[in-house]
Amino acid sequence: MLSAGAGAVLAVDEAPNPWFDGSYVADNWDTIMGYLGEHVRLTIGAVLIGTAIALPLALLARRSRLLGGAVLGLSTIVYTIPSLAMFALIFPFTGLSATTVLVGLTAYSLVILVRNFLVGLQGVPADVQEAARGMGYGAVRRFWQIELPLALPAFMAGLRIATVSTVALTTVGVLVGHGGLGQLITGGFNANFYRAEIVTGAVGCVLLALVADVLLAGVERLLTPWARAARA
Amino acid sequence: MTGFGDAIAYLNDPLNWTRRSGILELLGEHLAISVVAVLAALVLAFPVGVALGSAGRGSGAVVVLSNVSRAVPTLALLTLFAVSPIGFGNRATTIALAVFAIPPILTNTYVGFRGVDADVREAARGMGMTRGQVVTRVELPLALPLVMTGLRTAAVQVVATAGLAALVGGGGLGRIVNLGFGQQDYGQIIAGAILIAVLALLTELALVLLSRVVTPGPGRASLLRLRDRTVAGRPEPTASGVPL
Repeated sequence: MLSAGAGAVLAVDEAPNPWFDGSYVADNWDTIMGYLGEHVRLTIGAVLIGTAIALPLALLARRSRLLGGAVLGLSTIVYTIPSLAMFALIFPFTGLSATTVLVGLTAYSLVILVRNFLVGLQGVPADVQEAARGMGYGAVRRFWQIELPLALPAFMAGLRIATVSTVALTTVGVLVGHGGLGQLITGGFNANFYRAEIVTGAVGCVLLALVADVLLAGVERLLTPWARAARA
Repeated sequence: MTGFGDAIAYLNDPLNWTRRSGILELLGEHLAISVVAVLAALVLAFPVGVALGSAGRGSGAVVVLSNVSRAVPTLALLTLFAVSPIGFGNRATTIALAVFAIPPILTNTYVGFRGVDADVREAARGMGMTRGQVVTRVELPLALPLVMTGLRTAAVQVVATAGLAALVGGGGLGRIVNLGFGQQDYGQIIAGAILIAVLALLTELALVLLSRVVTPGPGRASLLRLRDRTVAGRPEPTASGVPL
């Protein structure tokens, strides 16, 4: 290789830049796990807080047509705001912290969840509601024993969509330095386009989303034994 | 409030709009990238969606595609294309965005064409229409609302994601936000965010209006009653739609 570098001026042009490198993953295992941990914490936090707000909101929105319209209209608007703009708009209040990302992610998951919760609740047949009322079920018992089980498939569908898209969206948190595995993606880009780091981050995100989706699908199966019985 | 006053000041300065790499130039770049990406995706995905949908085949593949595409971060795809041999810049951004616009268009076109009543199709054949006439005169009008939903979802996604390109060396309005972060200029960050958000909302609105105009039937007349149909609490008739 005596003539190497005849055309290339910099050593970096000659250096190999593989798409994936096992030794990169092994050498930086702790860093990757740290980012993965942050990614998981942000996702779980956003989906849990989103659920805690979306459920009462959906119950309230079901009461009146006007309120339902307002909730759906507002959710369409929030849903349309690009994540970059969302994080940049929250940033002046919470600064370069994980809170900025958490608030943004919660807003998106909330919007997805409230729609699905509302659809699930509206899907409970009126006859069933009336029969439950006729049998003397109060509002609280009717919710837990009648409406919730019937609306569960729509609820779980919402949770799965919200979780998977939150995993993907967390990467945009790199804007404020808290993007979980997204840090690897932009980190590799800034480290002279180091492909192995970028691919590790990207593949990690997709795997995390798929694992979360499979787990939630498993939970759904456990929670709705009657659906299995009906299918069999 | 921190920065919001500065943002208004930034947006009110005509020089910020008209100078080189100012708002107007970046807006033009943003729109050009977005339009090319959506059209490319439409050209690729629409015929496939029509073919699969009216044949009623390949539902498994379409569902898998739309689910997997939801799990792939847009930022990852933008970065991967930027470090590929294509090289970072507007070409890589456009290709990445087009890839992202394919699943919503394909899925909705597929669902729309598959949903056409078999009796209607048979009646059309019975009246002597050729295969091509059935597709263009019978199936397309019936599938159009869903096709337009797919197009709208894709377009809004693309316009929103184009902002992220600035994080990996691309152009567009995201540059203003990115530059603001680099310069610790809150006003500029917020101004850029407002511009991107407004552009995405306007895209949504424009395409809602467009689909009202092109959709045949009772929907066409109700341009003024825009909110009417969304209030019903139905989920949007789409299989793939996520914020970006």
